[in-house]
Amino acid sequence: MAEFSCDLLIVGGGGAGLRASIAAAEARPDLDVAVVSKVYPMRSHTVAAEGGAAAVIKPEDTTDAHAYDTVSGADWLCDQDVVEAFVEEAPREMVQLEHWGCPWSREPDGTVAVRPFGGMKVKRTWFAADKTGFHMLHTLFQTSLKYKSVKRYDEWFVTKLLVDDGRCLGVVAIEIATGRIHSIVAKAVILCTGGCGKIFPFTTNANIKNGDGMALAYRAGAPLKDMEFVQYHPTGLPQTGILITEAARAEGGWLVNKDGYRYLQDYDLGTPEPKPVLRSMELGPRDRLSQAFVKELERGRTLEGPYGAYVNLDIRQIGEQVIDKRLPFVRELCLKYANIDPVHELIPVRPVVHYMMGGVHTDINGATPIAGLYAAGEVACVSLNGANRLGSNSLTECLVFGARAGRVAAEYAARAEPAGGAVSAQVRDEERRLRDLLESNGTERIAGLRAEMQAAMEESAGIYRTGAGLKQGTETMGRLRQHARNLKLDDRSATFNTELVSALELEYMLELAEVILRSALERTESRGAHQRSDFPERNDERYLSHSLAYREADGAARIAYLPVTITRWPPGARVYGR
Amino acid sequence: MAETIKLTVARYRPEEQSEPTFQSYDVPYNKDWVLLDALNHVKNEIDGSLTFRWSCRMGVCGSCGMMVNGVPKLTCAVPLTDYRPSEPVRIEPLQFFPVIRDLVVDITSFLGKLSSVKPWIIRDDVEATEVAEYRQSPAELDDYKQFSMCINCMLCYSACPVVGLESEFAGPAAIALAQRYNLDSRDAGAEERQDVLNEHEGMWGCTFVGECTKVCPKNVDPAGAIQLYKMATAQDWMKSMLLPWGAK
Repeated sequence: MAEFSCDLLIVGGGGAGLRASIAAAEARPDLDVAVVSKVYPMRSHTVAAEGGAAAVIKPEDTTDAHAYDTVSGADWLCDQDVVEAFVEEAPREMVQLEHWGCPWSREPDGTVAVRPFGGMKVKRTWFAADKTGFHMLHTLFQTSLKYKSVKRYDEWFVTKLLVDDGRCLGVVAIEIATGRIHSIVAKAVILCTGGCGKIFPFTTNANIKNGDGMALAYRAGAPLKDMEFVQYHPTGLPQTGILITEAARAEGGWLVNKDGYRYLQDYDLGTPEPKPVLRSMELGPRDRLSQAFVKELERGRTLEGPYGAYVNLDIRQIGEQVIDKRLPFVRELCLKYANIDPVHELIPVRPVVHYMMGGVHTDINGATPIAGLYAAGEVACVSLNGANRLGSNSLTECLVFGARAGRVAAEYAARAEPAGGAVSAQVRDEERRLRDLLESNGTERIAGLRAEMQAAMEESAGIYRTGAGLKQGTETMGRLRQHARNLKLDDRSATFNTELVSALELEYMLELAEVILRSALERTESRGAHQRSDFPERNDERYLSHSLAYREADGAARIAYLPVTITRWPPGARVYGR
Repeated sequence: MAETIKLTVARYRPEEQSEPTFQSYDVPYNKDWVLLDALNHVKNEIDGSLTFRWSCRMGVCGSCGMMVNGVPKLTCAVPLTDYRPSEPVRIEPLQFFPVIRDLVVDITSFLGKLSSVKPWIIRDDVEATEVAEYRQSPAELDDYKQFSMCINCMLCYSACPVVGLESEFAGPAAIALAQRYNLDSRDAGAEERQDVLNEHEGMWGCTFVGECTKVCPKNVDPAGAIQLYKMATAQDWMKSMLLPWGAK
């Protein structure tokens, strides 16, 4: 075991992590900043984001309008001071990315182009065709290379946060290429590891999205906030879960049932028009559209394919020219992965797990309740997204709150005392735990347990939930966690042992699955993406509050509540299409 | 029994072997699968020790490049049905890179080459972000857009005969990336990058075969980028001969 050290350590090299690293390096060039990531940064899942990133830039738009769309989209479960800071800082962050070279799509006059997006009343979504996340990530990564004070630990997998006396002092990590276990001591740590879509069987999320940072923080004593809110994106390709971006609807795509009928008109989302109407029909919010799919299924008006029920997304009316200019990736994905040319054919789609509104509880600067520990991006719950995130707010969130966390954590690190030797016993314990796992000689295969977990989560914690189903889910998770103590690893090698990494990821996911189920069980109301068939109404009196899940000594989750911050927009009805 | 296909996969465990060996696995010939799905079937159901990188499974993260029957491929973008079940499919790590384990190669040198071309906007008059975006017309965007599509999958390095002979060669993706910034109307760093690239002799060994462009899964055309670079360098050289007192 070797010990490395730095002033500020960022865990994760996606959009939020890279933005944080640059912000820290610019704010405090005197600090040693490091980014540790289990993949090379340009492999991070930000790369797969397609449709765009929201920020007010056009004269007809206002930050108040962006704030109201976000608050109502969130079903009032966001903190409005956070939303106000977000909409204010979003344009500056987006212009910054433009200055760093991001190839934004343009208007004829050379200004950046914006497109409509779900739940947004004004066109404010910047885009780079339909590979926005890819271009943002590569721009950030390439720009980060010029900051010499930022060191990278690529393909290191973090297994533990070192916390002593309420303060975070670094991490333990496996250097995957060699299997060596190291500690990286730091005065401050920012978690930027993304979400945990892989807890579910059918997801747009990449293989690496296992909730690492959420589980690390939770085990270290930080609460996880609003974990019951899981976003289903309405349009994924049935077999693979590959995302067909909301931009396909923003450019004029229609959702139709088996009769070719634009069924969203039956779900209080407006009346169908040939051209897209903002905050209406196909440009409604994701929670409502995914719920409408389930209702259509129950009415027997969906289609049935080899990979389950589906409806069709019709983008033919957009025309080949616009599709190739603004949605080339949609066409490429359909051709490659569904054998369909959307210029001439309908795209089969169904709702697919896409994003976690919940995450590590932070304040408006990304600070968690553990001193020296920060979080930003999907791993965090800064309370921007509430009960339902609007499409194109999350890429911008990575920038705004990545930058905030980077600056604030850098200032903290500059003032903080060095870590000292308080953590060496913890490091030795962790090393022993990892060695034991590598030598574990049980009977359970990782893939089998993972598949059982995923099936149980879809069954219990899907688009519509019930108390009974959630209880059953928690029982299944308890059993699976027992089984996970009896793993069988085929791979005993120290060199690039991906099976060991998968075993650790499975532990993370099982832990978080239970938190999602417990949080969902306790919230006996329906709000945004959390729909309880047994409690179909929103209950502001009791639940205009964030859930906070704390890990008890025996590993069980204890749920507490924290009131929502309201500044200017009192709770109201969510109105779309009228 | 359902139809199967045989994967013959290169295995290399440095603690146990000095040379790679091959191991065969029979997997279902599932017509909805890409090649990566077949490898994951092996990993999940047959042999958890088989080691490879992957993440997005939708051709954009660039992790899962391998040699398939001797050709560099992004395995998440290749349908299994591209191969006939009657013949084994040979899967090896990307060639011209050091192998760490099984199908995982060491990409440190590639990362160094990418950074060496200064892949960021260089200009003297950096405006405050409060001001506004830099204007760029759709036509100006089109000038470099294609070269910005590289996903760093490194298939072009495994296809490049020059990389095979001369490991110091900056290589197709890094040169395309340099051109991506050189051709960006917001950038003024072309000269700095030219100096970097001139240090690499390998460029002139490029034979215009265009193997890099053929294997690129994202139609980036690195060969075209190298051509542009050579023309620019040749022009500079001509100017320096005709105007030997430093005028350019």
